[in-house]
Amino acid sequence: MVNAITRLTRHTHRKFAAIWHLLLVAMLLAPLSANSTEQTAFKSGLDQLLSSDFNDISQGIRLISQSGDERAFDVLTMLLEGQLYVYRSENQLVTIVGENGSKPIIRPLFTDANAETETVSKRRVKRVGINNQLRGQLKTELALLNLSSPLAANRAAAVKQTLGDIDEALFSRLSEQLATEQDRTVRELIDVALAIYRLQAPGSAIDQQLAALSTLGASYQPAARIAVTQFLATEPEAALARSAESALTKLDGRVKVAELAETLFFGLSLGSVLVLAAIGLAITFGVMGVINMAHGELMMLGAYTTYVIQTLMPDHLAASIFISIPAAFVVSGLVGIGIERGVIRFLYGRPLETLLATFGISLILQQAVRSVFSPLNRSVATPEFMTGVVELNPLLSFTLNRLYIIVFCLIVFALLFFILRYTRLGIEVRAVSQNRAMARAMGVRSEWVDAMTFGLGSGIAGMAGVALSQLTNVGPNLGQAYIIDSFMVVVFGGVGNLWGTLVAGMSLGIANKLMEPWAGAVLAKILVLVFIILFIQKKPRGLFPQKGRSAEG
Amino acid sequence: MMNPQASLDSNQRLFDRSTVSFLAVLGIVMAVVIGANALFPQGSALHVSTYTVTLMGKYLTYALLAVAVDLVWGYLGILSLGHGAFFALGGYAMGMYLMRQIGDRGVYGDPILPDFMVFLNWQELPWFWYGFDNFWFAALMIMLVPGLLAFVFGWLAFRSRVTGVYLSIITQALTYALMLAFFRNEMGFGGNNGLTDFKDILGFDLQSDATRLTLFFCSGLALALGYLACRYIVTSRLGRVALAIRDAEARTRFTGYKVENFKLWIFCFSAVLAGIAGALYVPQVGIINPSEFAPLISIELVVWVALGGRATLYGAVIGALAVNYAKTYLTAALPEVWLFSLGALFVLVTLFLPNGLVGLFKKLTGFSKPKEVNA
Repeated sequence: MVNAITRLTRHTHRKFAAIWHLLLVAMLLAPLSANSTEQTAFKSGLDQLLSSDFNDISQGIRLISQSGDERAFDVLTMLLEGQLYVYRSENQLVTIVGENGSKPIIRPLFTDANAETETVSKRRVKRVGINNQLRGQLKTELALLNLSSPLAANRAAAVKQTLGDIDEALFSRLSEQLATEQDRTVRELIDVALAIYRLQAPGSAIDQQLAALSTLGASYQPAARIAVTQFLATEPEAALARSAESALTKLDGRVKVAELAETLFFGLSLGSVLVLAAIGLAITFGVMGVINMAHGELMMLGAYTTYVIQTLMPDHLAASIFISIPAAFVVSGLVGIGIERGVIRFLYGRPLETLLATFGISLILQQAVRSVFSPLNRSVATPEFMTGVVELNPLLSFTLNRLYIIVFCLIVFALLFFILRYTRLGIEVRAVSQNRAMARAMGVRSEWVDAMTFGLGSGIAGMAGVALSQLTNVGPNLGQAYIIDSFMVVVFGGVGNLWGTLVAGMSLGIANKLMEPWAGAVLAKILVLVFIILFIQKKPRGLFPQKGRSAEG
Repeated sequence: MMNPQASLDSNQRLFDRSTVSFLAVLGIVMAVVIGANALFPQGSALHVSTYTVTLMGKYLTYALLAVAVDLVWGYLGILSLGHGAFFALGGYAMGMYLMRQIGDRGVYGDPILPDFMVFLNWQELPWFWYGFDNFWFAALMIMLVPGLLAFVFGWLAFRSRVTGVYLSIITQALTYALMLAFFRNEMGFGGNNGLTDFKDILGFDLQSDATRLTLFFCSGLALALGYLACRYIVTSRLGRVALAIRDAEARTRFTGYKVENFKLWIFCFSAVLAGIAGALYVPQVGIINPSEFAPLISIELVVWVALGGRATLYGAVIGALAVNYAKTYLTAALPEVWLFSLGALFVLVTLFLPNGLVGLFKKLTGFSKPKEVNA
């Protein structure tokens, strides 16, 4: 009963903490006389921890975990995390609860917050040291303690911990657990654990081992593969070896599929970043024919907008991201319109000059950010809902922030596609890009359209910056890192073609990640660049060229 | 639209007034600097310190690089954002020779392997380092490597008619890819740190005043010869075709000229010039590392040419000297201001000085009708 409550307090809610403390104090004030052997085992276990000999400590750990005392879990966890200290003069276990200057404030173990604390010199306390072997032992013992947890996730973690490393005692304990276990995941894990034991135990019958092999062959656990490989190395008899080999083939196939899926996922997420970075460029370069070398810096502005908004509202991380997206769009969009009105509109029809002038603007923006925010990188926090992983199976899990980037990229793409396709602005943009004179004759204010188009492209760069701020540090050089990649994506996909940009970005991202395992990240990047350079020679107008009848190009 | 015939006429003679005055000014400046350094003792008001001589030598190599860029941009209409790569390759070839010259005087004292290879635990010299202990082989490579890269790149690009901004962007990607490659330790060029710690060149101590003066002299000589060679090209028939390609590529092609061949040879020549400039640059600054490949450097040198004035050659020299002097001054005195000024320079020159300082001067003095240049 008490045990259940302590578990609950640990895993559920703070308001139970009060009950926990009450119980703890009660227990300490009136030591339970009912189960004295349990007490002595726990006590002598604690005494063993005072020793500096690792063998003694190991024995102490065993005594504590087997004592059945409900504080065992806490003590062992603290030991594992290095929070347990010995107060030398009193030969007493203590914890450090604070610091007075450089001197630690200590409190004896298992006293509540009101207990007397003491400020002592650093030299008079010593951490209870553990080595790697002890760390392993601690983890196993904690896992065993965890097996009785009411939470299925804890039990699953406990079984996983022991996979491939169980003795007879644990085997029978797991068998018992299997009989009563309700949770499917835990049952499967226990099945695997038992199968590994049966496969390796010297006394197992052949049909038991065959059954074990077929269980392992169907498993997703990495430990199953290790067990089967080890089993094969012991040169079992023919029937078993055949069965083991087929199990191994199945397991290997599954690993390969998982690896491929993971690579594709990484590739898609990298591709999404590339598409996000390039898609604004696809508008300004593709639709307007303007080379905007300051595009990367517009992304940087978006990232800094995120940083500023997050600094303004540090308590609402999730909300700040959602506010940042439109804010970055507006900031970068306005700066973009400023650039267009101030510089670019004087340079239409002179693409090389535009390139140089916008490069100058990019330098100015970089230095401006450096002067305002300092040249150091700023880190932007990731809101909670974006951290963590989605685990499909033990071999394959997707990180959430990458998943969100992919989704965000697709949303931005769809939005942009919709704008260009169905809105008044989109129709005017396309009209001006196809035939400026005719569009003007039809009453389109081409100057206004130019400014809006450039603003739209720049604003999207700002939104890409919000996404980037979640992936890397935000610094003045953020934009430079992406500008060449973005141009490559646009040129590769075919200028003036949004679909081309999407396909090009995604395929370059995937190609990059496919090559990384054997070429390394930098070489993969170089190879991709060389590939594009060669590709442009072959098809100068990209994957999806715009059809035209011009003699040039 | 300019009148091609008019512009051709003024470009016909190899030694026209601008060339003669350019060479004269260069010669006088060099003579004065060398004299002031060698004849007047230290502490004298007329003494030019060796530091200044080396700095000016560095500027002269930059000027040669700018001339190379002007040749392809001003006269051929190819805006190369990758000329820094040819410069750096020439520099690396020279750096490899200088590394081999160190011999067993390195930190690890290995007679053959440069320090960084010993540090990386390499056992023998990679094959591409063979021969670099010989100066003449290195000199050949200084011209051959950038030339060959330009040939392969240009052969592919010009034949498939990649022009305009596309070409600019892929030249930028080229230098970017090279930068990433040279940053890798496995490449065998010293990775991040590049090549440095040079001791001597052809047996002469690199730190001595005489060597530095000689290097300064060589840089000036290379600039003069490079200038003359470019001048020779632009006044020849080849130069006329180049102008025609710049102004109307399709029309030139339809007239029967093999446009890609003309482009290719001028591009290669320009790359070789850039390589030579790089080779002279390295012994004077004492280091070559992958940051020389950075796209920023390549694009910065385009603005030297733009500031000075395209398609004049001497304008490129003026631009290179002006911008680099400003850079040396500002990065030391007001580091925050430098990027602002450089950025503003890009914008202002493209907006208000389409023909650079030379064009402005001509306009103000009415010296001659300013030429209009279409990129």
